[in-house]
Parts: sequence; structure tokens; C-alpha cells
Amino acid sequence: MNVHQTSWRAGRGLRRIALATIALFAAPSFAMAAPPAPTNVEASDVTGDSGGQAIVTWSAPANAADITGFQVWRSETSGETAARNASERTAALAAAEAQAFENEQKRLVDVEGLSPEEAAPQSRAVARQAAIGLARTPDALTVTETGPHGTHWLLVDTVSPNVDSLVVSKLDPTTSYTFIVYSVAPDASGRPERSAASEPSNAVEPVAAVLNLYRLPLLIILLALCGVVLLFILLARRGMPLKIRTIAGLAAVDEAVGRATEMGRPMLYINGIQDMDDLQTVAGVTVLGRVAKTAAEYDAKIEVPTSRSLVMSAARETVQASYLTAGRSDSYNPDLIYYVTDEQFGFTAYVSGLIVRDRPAACFYMGAFFAESLILAETGNSVGAIQIAGTAMPSQLPFFVAACDYTLIGEEFFAASAYLSGQPDQLGSLKGQDLGKILVGVVLIVLVTLATIAAVTGSEQIESLVSTIKTVILGG
Amino acid sequence: MSMVDRLANIDRRWIFLMMGLAVAVPIIYIGITGKTLPEQPTPLAQAAFDELDKLPPGSRILLAWDFDPASEGELGPMATSFVRQCCQRGHRMYFLTLWPVGTQMIQKTASLVIDGFYPDLEYGTDWVDLGFKAGNEAVIKTIATDFGQMFPNDSRGTPIESIPMMDGIVSISSFDAIVNVSAGYPGSKEWVLYAATPYKKPLLVGCTGVQAPQMYPYVPLQVQGLLGAIKGAAEYESVVNAWVRRDTVETLLEEAGVDGADAGTLTKDFFDDPEKLKSWLAEPAAGGLTEAKRASLVQAVQGVEPGIFLEAQRRMGPQLVAHLLMIALILAGNAVYFVTRRRGGAR
Amino acid sequence: MLKRNVPLLITGLIGVFLIVANFFPSLSAMSEDFTVFFGIIAAMAFVLGGGSLLKVHLKKISDRNAGWAYSLIVLGTFAITLAVGLLKIGVPPNPGFPDKPWSGSVNADGTAFEWIYEYALKPLSATMFAMLAFYIASAAFRAFRAKNIEAILLLGTAFIILLGRTFAGYYLTGWIPIDGPFSGLRIEELSVYIMQVFNTAGSRAIIIGIALGIASTSLKILMGLDRSYLGGGN
Repeated sequence: MNVHQTSWRAGRGLRRIALATIALFAAPSFAMAAPPAPTNVEASDVTGDSGGQAIVTWSAPANAADITGFQVWRSETSGETAARNASERTAALAAAEAQAFENEQKRLVDVEGLSPEEAAPQSRAVARQAAIGLARTPDALTVTETGPHGTHWLLVDTVSPNVDSLVVSKLDPTTSYTFIVYSVAPDASGRPERSAASEPSNAVEPVAAVLNLYRLPLLIILLALCGVVLLFILLARRGMPLKIRTIAGLAAVDEAVGRATEMGRPMLYINGIQDMDDLQTVAGVTVLGRVAKTAAEYDAKIEVPTSRSLVMSAARETVQASYLTAGRSDSYNPDLIYYVTDEQFGFTAYVSGLIVRDRPAACFYMGAFFAESLILAETGNSVGAIQIAGTAMPSQLPFFVAACDYTLIGEEFFAASAYLSGQPDQLGSLKGQDLGKILVGVVLIVLVTLATIAAVTGSEQIESLVSTIKTVILGG
Repeated sequence: MSMVDRLANIDRRWIFLMMGLAVAVPIIYIGITGKTLPEQPTPLAQAAFDELDKLPPGSRILLAWDFDPASEGELGPMATSFVRQCCQRGHRMYFLTLWPVGTQMIQKTASLVIDGFYPDLEYGTDWVDLGFKAGNEAVIKTIATDFGQMFPNDSRGTPIESIPMMDGIVSISSFDAIVNVSAGYPGSKEWVLYAATPYKKPLLVGCTGVQAPQMYPYVPLQVQGLLGAIKGAAEYESVVNAWVRRDTVETLLEEAGVDGADAGTLTKDFFDDPEKLKSWLAEPAAGGLTEAKRASLVQAVQGVEPGIFLEAQRRMGPQLVAHLLMIALILAGNAVYFVTRRRGGAR
Repeated sequence: MLKRNVPLLITGLIGVFLIVANFFPSLSAMSEDFTVFFGIIAAMAFVLGGGSLLKVHLKKISDRNAGWAYSLIVLGTFAITLAVGLLKIGVPPNPGFPDKPWSGSVNADGTAFEWIYEYALKPLSATMFAMLAFYIASAAFRAFRAKNIEAILLLGTAFIILLGRTFAGYYLTGWIPIDGPFSGLRIEELSVYIMQVFNTAGSRAIIIGIALGIASTSLKILMGLDRSYLGGGN
């Protein structure tokens, strides 16, 4: 940023000198001339990326002292051309319709003596016919106007005068692009003026590399984190003793089901309001399996309204399997697991109503929740239900903690499956996850210390080291 | 049943009723009486005001309205106040937006403030609506060097060459300050990074409560004034309103031939004691004022502020009472808890 | 056996493929296709969902269960909205194709569908959302107890934030000079500080834990170690 500011000031200074020189020596026609266009505009694909990026380079024109910036433009894709033509066609039709409406309205009111309200329906009909007529006239709406080099260009970005290349991203990897560059400089009156367009660059297709090198650091992090999890799973299989602390929320499942059975009241299970592609929903279905199994053993009724159809299907499968495992497949009733609506507050209204009417003895909220969390949990609390929640939505955790008897916070919720199964494989994965956390913690502490040292001492080497690590880890 | 037991087993509908009243009563009360709570500006809100105030009349202010109807409840009042200060101070206003629906927000602010209270401001000379431009931060980067490239016309389709106040506008550097009211991306952060910081322009930001923590680090070097959500808006609004009143009175007094310095002292006296205004109006010094100007003077000193300039402060009323109720409920809940625990311990 | 193994195989293969595609750009187009497949499957499942909705509510009506009239309203509004959307009632043609009556967008201004959204759905949703204020009050009364040191700290912080966002904050600590060395102790300044520092730090820690939990759970699902989502568990 500093470099940029300095160059801007230098640009202004030079501009003043240049203007003074022009005023003293140059012929007036020279003062009015547009700035010279950049030359040697070239485009090349960015290698090692995931496609869609090209780098454009150019040479600043020779007498470029007062240039204030360069504008980079790219050719349109066929889709963009089609979209532009369509929108220009629509605008032309809309304008023609509006004009026809105005003419007809004026005629009816002025000549036929109708009131504007009476005239409007007929005017609208005439205007519509006019638009239809125009739409059906061949070539009436063909767009002919084009830009430099006989084609349309789209502005990509504007860069400072001391820059001579630009990485253009968000391109389509399967399309070939050309680029032009303008230089911008103030004219005699100080208004910015664009040069003529440069010669177009060579065509370039921003193809993808076989392996995206920019994501390698991510791959290494992924392998390290997954590696420790796998390692501990293996160690657990070999018989390494593993201990897991009691998770109160999960231990309370039996208590909740037991209470519902004693009271002869149903239980309610809400699997969040997201679809099966959200891992929290999957974790919620896992816990549902366990709750349903206990419910089947106790012969308690469990009702599962869902806000997504897929979740309903998955929940039915799970609950059916749980009843089967408990040896009570005859008690399984798929009608108790049903779809309500995708609409957030529609679902909330339904569930709140259901809680007030049916007064369930136990409510489980396991999955991804948003603003409805407290509305549901408070309603459940008001009917005296024992409530257990589990979610990984940080903003909703305080509400559940306040209104429920037990809450599985974030990772506890994901650990539920391992905890409930008690298998060594699963417990090993939890241990691996803990080690992953230690790794993250160490990296955090080291980098925060480095950044702090850099800030306190002002050392440029450490600062550049920190920024390199940042780009490497977050890059691509 | 003791008081504590009763509290402990209170039907929650009573709490609902209290909350309903805590929100409804202030809304109704403020709606009827027009009275609002006094606001004391934090340095951030005061700085926003001072920045626009220290610029001489006629300064060019770029107003970027990057929000939509969904966030209008939170951001609309501060947008109104920004425009009011600019209008009263005599700044030239250039509206634009990077959000498609921002155009409606510009139109709304303009029709509320400019058409409603400063009808003598002329479109094209005192203010211009440049409308929406797609391209997010690329728009900011381009107008940083070449304004006309992105905005060849205003929102009404008039070429900028034929708009008098666009004369001399070539880039971001042509403006004296930037005001940005933002509800997300593109918004405040982009204006800081691509316009205000590189070109060293004063930037005033009004943003939603969620965004505010991201903006604090930029204060005061890159962002000179920051209004966070309705609370920031209320503080700024109160500063602007008080200043507009004083400024109106001073201007009227100067028109009546009172010397600038004396006008300041007199204005202060009038606000301290409105009775003094009555006696001053009877003096010969007030003879230079027409009947209409006398009425405006009385209105400026004693009159009620128009509702649209109190929107933020009005919204603080229900917020205050609701928050106090929450605190009272928490305290009551704890009192019940401690008393029951002590009883339990004694048993 | 087949019913269990085929889904496991699909999950494992596609999951691994999607991870690999993240690093091999040539595969990314295919990985985007899988996202589209999910949309298609979810749309198909909606037929199941719609069927389930009809079945549940028709049963309620035919059994004359308590509140069966509400089910009638549900089915009625469902049918009306569906018809209005599918038949594009009141939708003007797209200006680009004025001779095609069904070419307009169902969400365009002034259509019946937009009317339902604007005047029925939006106010109803806003009402449900606004009820939060009431539930927060009752939860505060019941749940916010100063049981131990941590809870007392939490309670104090809550008071600072609640007061800092209103005039009361200024009223209580307005006497501290705003440009003096102790200005940070003014309640409104404190509330900003708490949100910016303590709140951010706490939520970041939770988010890191959650991210690792997600990674490890995903890994277990891909490897077929955790199959409880397919029912039963073991």
C-alpha cells in the first residue's frame, strides 16, 4: 500500500511538471492528444492452479509520465454475449411497449375523450400487441454496436500506473480469452482520458493444471490430521487401553426415555433444520438411532417431525433398524417420522404447537439449529419436558445451555457416535482428534508468538516469514 | 404461599406480558409524546459528526449506500442523519451504491430528507444520484482513477457531462470525504481498502452490529467515524439534531443583522432559557425579521423535531426498557434461587 | 448385507473422490456434478415428503383427531400455494418474450405468488422470529443463576453488554472523562471490548474444536467405521 501511495504522489508531481512543460513549449494539438496506448499486451495461463486464471502483462508506453492507471478488459464468452443480447433485446421491447402505451393512451384520452383509467386497459393491450409485433419482426432487434477491434469487451480491473501485469481470475477454464489494455491519463482540463485500445493479446485458455500446487499445504494438513486419527484407530485395534470421560448429555438419554415411559407420554426428536449434506444432521441421525433403540426397549413412543424430506427417509431407516435390533420390529410405526416443511419458521410454529398440545416427556434437539433454537427449547421447558440438545452452531449453544437440561457442545456432539458405540475403533478416532487439537494449538501458539515478536520488534524478516506462512497455509 | 414461592412458580405468561409491555409501552409513549431518551455520543459518533462539520460548505461528499431493505431497519436512520448533516452544512452530495437494491435506499433517503426538508436543494447542482453499478470492489478500484468510466450517466440516464456538479469529478481524489452505510459485502471494508486508505480520504462508516467488530481495528487512522447499529445511529442522530437546531437559529439571527459572535451567544442563551427568546423577539433588534422568520426561530428553539430525524433515538427506548427488564428478571431469578437454597440448607 | 454394503461403498468411493477432486482440478467439474445429483435426489425425496405431509394430515382429518381443522388449513394453503406457483397465476409474460404467456418469472413484482410471500409468509415468519424476545426474557429469569464463580463472571459480563447497548450505560458511568486514562471503564466502551476480545476468542476455540470433530467424523463415515447413520449402528 505504501508503494502505491508514493507512486501516486510521484505521478502527480511529474504530471505537474509535464503540464508545465506542455504549457511552455508544446503545440496546443499535442496537449489535447490522448495518452499513448500500452504495447506488448500478452496473456498466459497461470500454471499449477485449478483453472480459470490468466496473467496479463503489458509494457507502459514510452512517454508515460502522467499516466494514472491502466484498465484491463477481456473478451466476452459466448454465454455473456448471449446474455447481453438478450437483455438488450428485452430493454428494446420494454421501451417499445412503453412508447406504444404512451401513444395509445394519449390518443384515447385526447382524441376519444376517455378518462386515463378507462383508457388504460386498451392502451395496455395495444402496447402488448406492439411488443409482440416487434418481437416477431426478423432482424428488428439485432444488436449491431461493437467495441474496439470489432468486438465487445468487459472491464476486468483498474490498476496503478506502476504495475504492468494483472492476474485475472474467475474465468471459464474451457473458454479462450483475449485481453486489451488502456492507459488512463488526465487531459488538459484534468479529466481522466483513456488511450486508444491496445492491440489485443494472444488468445489464452485458462486451463487447470493436473495437480493444484496451491492446495498442497492443505493436502499436507489434511493428511497430518487424518493420519493421527487413523494412527490411534490402529493403536486402539491393537489393544491400547482408551478411556473416555462421561458425557452427561448422552448418559442422560436412558433417564429421559425411562421417564417418558413412566409418565406414559411421548418423546420428541428434532433433527435440526438442515439437509443430509450437513454433517450435524448425520450426527443427529446417529444419536436418533440410539434413542430409538432405547425407546423400543422401553416401548416408549417417539415422534420425529423433520424439516427435510431426505432427513425423513434417513430417520425412518435408522429408527426401523433400531427397532429391529431391539427385537421390537412389530412396534415400529413409520407414520411417527414425517415431513413438515422446509420453511424455518413454519417448522418452528408446527413443533411449538406440537409440544404444547402433546406435552412430550422428553425433547431431543440434535442437529443444526438457527434462530428457532430458543423458541423450541423454551416451549419444551414450559411443558416440563426433560431436554437434551446437541449442536455445532456456536451462536445457538448459549440458548440451548440456558433452556435445556443437558447440552452436547460442538465436538461432544460429534463424539456421540463413538461414545455410544463404545467400539475401540471409534474411541481411537476421538483420541486422534485430541492429538489433532494439540497440533493446531501448537501451530497457533508458535505463529501468534512470531506475529507478536514481529509487531513488537518491527523486524521485517520475521514479518515476511509470518506473511509467507500465512500465504502458504491459506493460499490457493 | 410466600412472595418468593410465588415468584419461583410464576407462570411464564406474566413474563411474556412484561416483555410485551416493555417493548410496546415505550413505542406507544414515544409515538404519542415524541419524547426520546437523551443520547450521549461516544467519541466515534462525535468524530463522524466533526469530520463532516469541519469541511467547508460546498464540499463534495461521496455517499455510498450499500444496504438493502432487510437491513434498512438498522441502517436507515443513520443514512437519514448523514444526509441531513450534509444538507444543512451545504455539502454537495454524490450518491451511489454497489448493491442492486441500494438504488431504492438512495431514493428513499433522498425523498425523505431532501424533498421533505430541503426542497430548495437542486438535483444536479446540490445532489446527484449515480445509481447502482455492478462489479463490487472493481467498481471502487476503477473510480479511484477514472470516475466517468464507471458512471457515464446518473441513475436517470443523464450523461454526467450535462450535470453541473459533476464538473471536476475525475476520480476518488476529487471528493472531500466518503460516507459509507453498509450491510455487508461489498461495503465498508472494500471502501477502506481500495478508496479511503490508498487515497487518504476521510471515511465515515455506518454498519450493522454484526459487522462493527470487524471495523473497529480501522479506527481512527483509516476510518474516521464509525456508527455501529442503532445505538451508534442514535448517538450520531442526537448530535446532528442538536447542531441543526443551533445552526438554524444562528443563521436566522445573522439574517436579522445580529453579529456572528453575538448570534452564537444568543443562541446558547435561547436554548438555556427559551423565555429569553420571547423577550428578545420584543426588542428592536428583532425588527429585521419577518413574521415567517420569527415563527421559524420559535420553531427551531422550541418546536418538536420531525419524526424521521428521531427514528434511531426512538428505537433506543424499547431497547433500554427491554434490557432493564432482562436485568431485573435475572436479579429476581437469582434472589429466588438464593432464598430457596438458604431454606434448603437450613432444613 | 447388500442393503448395508452398497450404501457404504457409494459413500466411501464418492467421498474419497470429492476429496481428491479438490486437489486435481480436472476432476472438479465432476465433483460439481455430484452436488447437482444431491439436489436432484433431494427434489425426488420431496415427493416422499409431500406424500408424508398429505398422509399425516388426511389421517388427522379422517380420524377427527383434536385440531383436525388445522390440518384442513394446512392442506388448503398447501394446495393454493402449489397451484399459484405451478400455474403461474397472475404472472405477466417476460418483456423479452411478450407473446409467450408463461415466460414470466413467478417471483416477479405483482404476481399472486409474490403476494403470498409478501403478505402471508413474511409477516408470519417475522411474528415467529419476534417471539424470541419473549423466550429470551423467560429463559433469563429461569436459567441465569449465579451458582458459582464462573456463572457470576458470566452474569457480570451479561449486565455490562445489556447496559452498554442502551442509554443506561452512559447514565451509570458517564462521569468518567471520555478522553481520560480511565475511559475504557465506561460501560459502553467495556461492552465493545468484551465483544471484540473475549467473545471472539471463546467462539474461535469452539469453532476449531467443531472443525476437528467434523473432519474426524467425516473420515470415520468415509471409511465405514461409523455406520450408525444407516441405522442401528453395529
